Amino acid sequence: MPNTGRIVAVNGPLITVAFERPVVQNEVGYACIDDLRLKAELIRVRGGYADLQVFEDTTGLYVGGKVDFTGEMLAAELGPGLLGQVVDGLQNPLHDLAAAGGYFLQRGSYLQPIDRERRWPFTPVARIGDQVRAGDTLGSVPEGEFTHRVMAPFALVGAWRVRAIAEAGERRVEDVVATLEDARGRTREVSMLQRWPVKVPIRAYRERLRPHEPLVTQIRIVDTVFPVARGGTFCVPGPFGAGKTVLQQLMSRNAEVDVVIVAACGERAGEVVETLREFPELTDPRTGRSLMERTVIVCNTSSMPVAAREASVYTGVTIAEYYRQMGLDVLMIADSTSRWAQALREVSGRLEEIPGEEAFPAYLESVVASFYERGGLVRLRDGSTGSVTIGGTVSPAGGNLEEPVTQATLKVVGTFHGLSRERSDARRYPAIDPLESWSHYQGLVDAADVAFARDVLRGGADVAQMMKVVGEEGTTLEDFVRYLHAEYLDAAYLQQDAFDPVDAATGAERQVLVFGEMLAHLRTPMRFAGKDAARDFFHRLGQATKEWHRCPWGEPAFEAARANVRALVDEVRDA
Amino acid sequence: MRKVYTRLERIAGSVVAVAAGDATYRELAQLDWPGGTSLAQVVRLEGGRAYLQVFAGTRGLPTDARVRFLGRPMRVAASDAVLGRVFDGAGRPRDHGPVLDEDPVDLAGPSVNPVKRIIPRHMVRTGIPMIDVFNTLVESQKLPIFSVPGEPYHELLARLALQAEVDVIVLGGLGLKHDDYLYFRDTLEAAGALARTVAFIHTAADPTVECLLVPDLALAVAERFALAGKRVLVLLSDMTNFADALKEVAITMEQIPSNRGYPGDLYSQLAARYEKAVDFDGAGSITILAVTTMPGDDVTHPVPDNTGYITEGQLYLRGGRIEPFGSLSRLKQLVNGHTRDDHRPVMNAMIQLYAAYRETLEKRSMGFRMSEWDERLLRYGLGFEARLMNLEIDLPLERALDAGWALLAECFEPAQTGLPTALIERFWPQGPA
Repeated sequence: MPNTGRIVAVNGPLITVAFERPVVQNEVGYACIDDLRLKAELIRVRGGYADLQVFEDTTGLYVGGKVDFTGEMLAAELGPGLLGQVVDGLQNPLHDLAAAGGYFLQRGSYLQPIDRERRWPFTPVARIGDQVRAGDTLGSVPEGEFTHRVMAPFALVGAWRVRAIAEAGERRVEDVVATLEDARGRTREVSMLQRWPVKVPIRAYRERLRPHEPLVTQIRIVDTVFPVARGGTFCVPGPFGAGKTVLQQLMSRNAEVDVVIVAACGERAGEVVETLREFPELTDPRTGRSLMERTVIVCNTSSMPVAAREASVYTGVTIAEYYRQMGLDVLMIADSTSRWAQALREVSGRLEEIPGEEAFPAYLESVVASFYERGGLVRLRDGSTGSVTIGGTVSPAGGNLEEPVTQATLKVVGTFHGLSRERSDARRYPAIDPLESWSHYQGLVDAADVAFARDVLRGGADVAQMMKVVGEEGTTLEDFVRYLHAEYLDAAYLQQDAFDPVDAATGAERQVLVFGEMLAHLRTPMRFAGKDAARDFFHRLGQATKEWHRCPWGEPAFEAARANVRALVDEVRDA
Repeated sequence: MRKVYTRLERIAGSVVAVAAGDATYRELAQLDWPGGTSLAQVVRLEGGRAYLQVFAGTRGLPTDARVRFLGRPMRVAASDAVLGRVFDGAGRPRDHGPVLDEDPVDLAGPSVNPVKRIIPRHMVRTGIPMIDVFNTLVESQKLPIFSVPGEPYHELLARLALQAEVDVIVLGGLGLKHDDYLYFRDTLEAAGALARTVAFIHTAADPTVECLLVPDLALAVAERFALAGKRVLVLLSDMTNFADALKEVAITMEQIPSNRGYPGDLYSQLAARYEKAVDFDGAGSITILAVTTMPGDDVTHPVPDNTGYITEGQLYLRGGRIEPFGSLSRLKQLVNGHTRDDHRPVMNAMIQLYAAYRETLEKRSMGFRMSEWDERLLRYGLGFEARLMNLEIDLPLERALDAGWALLAECFEPAQTGLPTALIERFWPQGPA
């Protein structure tokens, strides 16, 4: 018998519902206006009243209106066919919604994200009699360039025995592909489709490992100086206009991972449009296939209902964990976590909870921490490894990093890419501040070399500060050269031209070579006749190095440009 | 026939509570009392009470006012008949014309499916060189004009309303001085531009709640025209008044403030309006320009700060001119490569030279001697301000670019401009130097 309740209050996206039979925290309910059913999540129970946040516009709800409880938590559908999709925060496929509903997102229409009719060539892997646990592979289907594992349900408890398994052949996602039996003889039929509550991490792996290997993003300042590890976490705070979204787009395009999940949370629709119109046209250089085939876009843009922002982040990370279970490396990008935090604040305010700093709820930190903790490198039960790397942008109010969301995030991430307004105003892109940012992970190059490079940058910044007071005239030649060193390293290595086809993405090997060589040049004793000569030299050296960055790797022009830079250094070498 | 209620249980600020069990959320109600009449909207339902936001405010409202629920949300007429008309913040005629109720559309409709948007690719020509050449406006763009009181932002908006090459102009006035409203009306009328304009004007003398409705009214009408294939430009002024009205209402509703008294959902409220800017796949477009005055000229104040995170760039209006530094149209790259070959290079070169001019000014004020190069820059800077930055200038893009070349030729040798030789050969003005 269905469990229903009656609405007693409506306040923005929040409704209070009187219920009689037991309800479950975080279960999904549907608030009804005639035939229209609006999805909602139960977030608090007090006495005989439950508070639900509605994922849609609540116009037209009324006191006494019916709410159907489902008893199930908000869940994502997992199965083959997710890659390449564009879905909203509740995993509704937007292309299908457009086909059905036209220009606008009509509330209350929910579609299945996974095509029920499509047939997949299934290959059994498990054999009758095999013992399996949650997450073990039963069979596989090809999805794009990947072997999509059909796994024993993640919710399975204990060891089960395979009693029947489908033969190789075309299967739909809901077809039964295996029958499992436990020690007590209970049986369970398994299809390729499973549902998993988005707020619960998928833990069907053997162990979590420490992230040790760098994730190559092909962005030099990231990979060389402030690396991100495969299975690590990073955050990108910055004021508006500093290039957060562009940086995230570059990463989602160039990062050397198998699958990319982009959760556009509370940001501009125009940016999502760029991604979803451009990615199908771009080819992934690693596979030669469309970039969209490795990407899932979960979007809940700023004008879409606030409560669904939170859902979009969790839906995204659940899909990421699902592909990690197949031994793949997944990059999950959340842009922007501040909008999600604001949604929490909005709902918390309506619940009349006691506010913390800047009216954010007191549980903000733990919510942020447990989200980033869903990233990680894991060893699966078959010995292979998979990873989820999580990167979140933060949009601090007024560009002030002291605000609660940035602070809560900095505590839990492994890398901090702080964007600065000064750098973006000076068109120094990517605008990651080389003095403020940090990383706990081992990158492509030796830590001592990174430390040396950072010393060069810091020294240059000190001299620049001093020159503001005493002028160029009052600075010694030695100090002036230190300043030029830093400027050179910044301009010719840290900055990267996102619009140049070659410079936009620098591979790992190339970074190691170029960085090593540039440091060798910086360590070379040089002699200059005066400041003008030094400035002129570093200007030319910078130009020559930038020219080198624009030469494709492995082509004769690359070596020629490299020799060019060396020849310049030889001109001023102090023998 | 719905029940009529005659007992208000609470009056606080602009919000009243009435024990109406059958009200629905966001429904409209009609309030009548001997001294007046007003529409009101349900903003909260709780414990058998409906909380109503009274558009006209609650001054003089008796507790036995008649409350009649209308069973529908707020709507606005959006037929072609609205063109040339002026309405107030509640959608009533302000121009003594007839009340319109054809083709009503609901306010604050659902958001556009992102897959039905296209990447913007059409320029909006405004005839203002600082916009067309340097910060090109693109269809579907949302751009605030950050300014401070006293700057001529209303003059700028009026010129945009007259000159912008679009099909329909929707003007939304929020907390305007009555004089400013008359200025807009007279300017548009004199230029014969009223026929393609519809205006929703809330003046400072009108009830605060009506201020909140203006963007929704303007954008609902704009959306209707855009769906009919029209290119619509929405001009709003001043969105800071909108945010302050939100603050006022939130505080009366006893919501917990987040930052300087503004409600926690300020970002979402602003985004819900600005995100109506769109280029429909297969229909028209909505472009939004919104004046946002910065309290204390502080861009980190919550209103400009939240706005900046939503919009696609910003224009700074300072000293009577659109500031070339800081102003940014993030979408200009999408269109300025397809206008004229010299557009981008001239844009960059002229801004760099203007930056050099500003440095020279600083040097001069510190008493340094001016070199020959400095003299050139000074001449250039003054010419730039007079011939391109001046808000009175009305030049199509191509003529503005030509004017730029003429100015460069007057002040510099070709090589000093840093422009590519090929372009110089094509565009450098010939004749007596």
